[in-house]
This record gives sequence, structure tokens and C-alpha cells, in this order.
Amino acid sequence: MSTQTVRTAGGDTAAVRTAGLTKRFRNQTAVGGIDLEVPGGAVYGFLGPNGSGKTTTIRMLLGLIAPTSGTIELLGEPIPGGAARALRRVGALVEGPAFHPYLSGRANLARLDAADPHSDARTAPARIDAALDRVGLLPAATKRYRAYSLGMRQRLAIANALLVPRDLLMLDEPTNGLDPQGTREVRHLVGELATEGTTVLVSSHLLSEVDQMCSHVGVMFEGKLLMQGLLSDLHTEANRTAQTVRVDTDRVEDAAAVLRTVGLTDVRPGVGHVTGLLGEVAIEKVVPELVNDGVPVLGFAVLRPSLEDVFVSLTGEGFDVSG
Amino acid sequence: MSAAEADVVVGGPATRTDQLPRTGRALPLRFLRSELQIVFGRRRNLALLGVLAAIPVLLAIAIKVSSDDDDGGGGGGPGFFEAITSNGLFVAFAALAATLPLFLPLAVAAASGDAIAGEANQGTLRYLLTIPAGRTRLLLTKYAAVVIFGLVATALVALAGVVAGLALFGGGDVILLSGTTTSFLDGVGRLALSVLYLSACLAALGAIGMFISTLTEQPIAAIVATIGVDVLMFILDSISQLAWLHPWLLVDRWTAFGDLLRDPVSTDVIGQGLLVSLAYAVVFMTAAWARFSSKDITS
Repeated sequence: MSTQTVRTAGGDTAAVRTAGLTKRFRNQTAVGGIDLEVPGGAVYGFLGPNGSGKTTTIRMLLGLIAPTSGTIELLGEPIPGGAARALRRVGALVEGPAFHPYLSGRANLARLDAADPHSDARTAPARIDAALDRVGLLPAATKRYRAYSLGMRQRLAIANALLVPRDLLMLDEPTNGLDPQGTREVRHLVGELATEGTTVLVSSHLLSEVDQMCSHVGVMFEGKLLMQGLLSDLHTEANRTAQTVRVDTDRVEDAAAVLRTVGLTDVRPGVGHVTGLLGEVAIEKVVPELVNDGVPVLGFAVLRPSLEDVFVSLTGEGFDVSG
Repeated sequence: MSAAEADVVVGGPATRTDQLPRTGRALPLRFLRSELQIVFGRRRNLALLGVLAAIPVLLAIAIKVSSDDDDGGGGGGPGFFEAITSNGLFVAFAALAATLPLFLPLAVAAASGDAIAGEANQGTLRYLLTIPAGRTRLLLTKYAAVVIFGLVATALVALAGVVAGLALFGGGDVILLSGTTTSFLDGVGRLALSVLYLSACLAALGAIGMFISTLTEQPIAAIVATIGVDVLMFILDSISQLAWLHPWLLVDRWTAFGDLLRDPVSTDVIGQGLLVSLAYAVVFMTAAWARFSSKDITS
């Protein structure tokens, strides 16, 4: 309870807020005027294909690179002006793990903790081991970093973000290089942290990952933020506009003609079935129309769109196309 | 934990991290200690220190062998080489003179060139900065480690020289370059002052290395460029037609540490050398700060 009081002191619940955030490299616009809003307490899925500007945005949020224009507010502090104050409360994993190869995992964390002007040296060993334990790396704590597998490296980077209690975690592609078991563990960890009240901004190019982990979602494409909001709203919106109807019949062409007449779009006759996008057409109207025209309906299904379908409907392109 | 939180709530608007102990501020040396562990733990740097410690030993052995052969006629180097056979302490001075143009600068270049570029190359720079370690604080801590590394390298040459010299030539009273005799302890004191003077000179070179290190993500390139600057200045310093330029060269007064072996000690040139070093250090650390504090970290 009191934790909540502390976190919301200041009356502003947005953990991240940007306005017109833009970054241009030479003549290429990596991020083109985005208004990001990550509500406090949310698990925000920052979704987009590789090269869509997610990492550049995260680097700007962390004060690593300066925006060409636009403003950033991180936990109520302006960036880069208030970066020193804000970043203490932020744990980050940026563009993959990076550590000293000849130091052990534990020594690497000790070094990063020593670099933190606000951390307590006396509690360091306990905090480091707790963080290692949390990501399941304690048995490999004394191994040199260079001997770590990619998955272990990724875990070490997450452990670094957990060295001190944080109000906000920014995890850039946290499941990269992890096996299915590791991916599940990260998902579980993010869920746990969110329950404890930590706001999480997690970027990913994997739709399913965001679908399973997040409460909010923002979709980046070619440097633009196409949409953001509650994940459930996105699904509702998708259901409204992107529901697909499938009719099993032995008279495919006739069925297709009827569906077009009713108002379905993207009608595709297949072998023994026809599919079409429902759009604004009421579901209950479809089957009676088919029956009226004497088309035998052997089966009828409404297919709920996957997040990927939603993405295609937003961008007009497949998800794997890089910006 | 809840007690601490209650305090914070009573205390007005606060963040969760305000509950964290602030003792970190009382221990500004923790980061430096960690940095020194990195610098002195790097194999490249340890190898350089090994070479630096070996040079005085080689020098002492070579002079011992040649002086045994032709009965003291060897040497002929810069001043102290001839004095070595009379007192082992001079091995240390001769070794400093021998390592000054290249090997000592190489050690400082290796540490300073690597300072920022090495972290950038490894990707660890972005994690240090998001901690946040603070860009100015990071730069200053790294520079402090470079200066300490230069001091240790120089002291190591002197120490190895003293040990090798005492073993092969013995100690005793020291006959200074101006002909007067002083105690062995006084000689050691003068050697210590020489080490400090050269460390200050090398610290200025370290500032150049720090600046170059902020310009690239390739540590080897930064190290080579720093050595290049050092060698270039020695070359310019040896061209007599460029005499007007010499007072402005960082390396011009490095060999002035020999003045500490005169009686009375002549401090004019050494004083100028320290001023020039200070000027170089301030200019290049300011440039490094200006560059680094506004740099986009894309590594």
C-alpha cells in the first residue's frame, strides 16, 4: 500500500511520456515524431519489426542518444536534464547483453554496482547474489562471462537490471537467444515484477510474446508509432474490423458470390470452403443469406484474428518486412 | 522496509530510491577501485608492466657485462649511463631515460586509449551510463585510473632499476651530475621526485589519450593514435629548425628530470615542464569532456 503511495507521489502516473520524439541520423529518420505513453504499473509491449526504431527510442529514453527534436519525461523527470535522478529508478537491458569477457558473472555485476554512485557497498554481495539467483544464474556465478551461452548472457543482463529495486524496467528484446524454457521464465519474471508494482517496458519483434506478457501495447513501424493502448482494446478493435468468416460448402463459387453480395471483403474461394473478411457486416446475417440462395452450409466458423492479422491490417504489410 | 517507506511518505514527495542508503556518496573511491582492478587485471597492461620491469634489469646486465669486458669504458649514453658503474642507483635513472620516449608512453596510451573506446567497443559503455555512472564522473574516474597506472608504471621502472642496480653495482653515497656527493637516501629521494615529475608528464599524455578515446569505438586505433602523437612530438622536438615550436611540445622537457640530480637542484625547466603538462591535461580533458558529454552512444 505504502509502496503505491510513494510511487504515485507527484500525481502523475505516466512512467514514460514523450512528445514528438524524433531522431534523425544524417538523412535517415530512425524515429519520426512519436508520442509514447507508458502508464505507471503497466507492462507495455513495444512491438515492431527489426529496424522499426524501437531500440533508438529506448536509447533516447535512457539518455544514451540525444533526440533531434521532441521531449521525454521519464518517471516525471525530463530527459536528458533529469537523467541522473530518473535513471537510478530504471533498470535497463539495451540491445543485448555486454560485459567484460574475462570477468565472472558475479564480478561483472560487482563492477556495475561499484559504478553506481547510490548503491550501498555493504549490501552489494547479497544484492548481487539475489539478482543472480532470480535469473537462475547463481550456479554459474563464478564462471567467466566469455564461457556463458547467449541465454546465460541475456540472463546476466536482466540480473543487472534487478540489482537495486526499480520503478521501471526497460527490457529491449529480453528473450533474444533464450530457449523456450528460458523464454517462459522471463515471461514469468516480468509478470512477477509487474505484480510487485514495477512498470515494465518490453520491446519485442515477436507478436506472440507481447500477446502473452503485456497489458498495453505500442506498435512501431518505420519509425512511427502506429497505435498504442490497452492490448484488450487492440483485440476488440481487431475483432471488429478483421474477423474472418469461413463457410464450408460444396458450392464454393455460389457461396463466394453470396458473401460478396452481403458485403464481405477479401472473399477467397478455396477447396470445399470460402473465407471472407466480415468487416461491418453482422454475423447473424450471413448464414440466412446463404440458405436463402440455396447454398448448402456444411460448416460455419468465425475466426478471431491473431495479433499478426491486426498488425497486417495496421501496416498493410507482413510483419517480417523491415522498415 | 515499510518503516522506511512511512518516513518517505511523511517527508513529502519522494521516490522509491530515496529510501536506498546514500552511503555510496561517502565512498567515491569504490568506482575507482573497481576501475583499477580492470586496468591492472588486463593482460595487455600486465605484459606492458612486465616489459617495463625487465628493461632496467636488461640494462644493468648489459652494462655490467660490457664494463667487465673493457674495464669501465662502456656507456656513453645520456649522462647517467657512465655513472651507473659507480652507483647502482643510476640504473634507475638510466632506465627511466631509456623507457621515456616509447615504453612508458605506450603504457599510458594503452590505458587511456582503451578507457572509453574499449568500453564502447565491448558495449559495456551503455550499461555503465544507464546505471547511471554519470558521464563526467565516468571520464574523471577513468582518467584517475590512467594517471595511477602511469605512476605505477614509472615507479616500477625505478624500483626494478634500484633492485637490479644494487644487486650488480652496489649502493653507497651518490656522486651527483654536478660533482658533489650526497647520501644514498638523498639519491633515493631525488629518484622519487623524478618518478613523480615523469608521472605528471605522462598524465598529460594520458589526457590526450582520453580525448582520442572518446572519438572512436576502436581501442587499438585510439592507443596507436596516442602513441603516434607521442612519437610525432619527439620527432618535431628533434628538428632544430623547429626550435620555436619546441617549448610548446609536451615531450620537450621530459628529460629535464636529470636536473634533479644537480646540486643545487635546478627547477626552472622542471617547473615549465609541469606547467606545460598541466596545460595539456586541462585542454585535452576539457575537450574529452565536451566530446563525451554530448556524444550519442550508439555502440
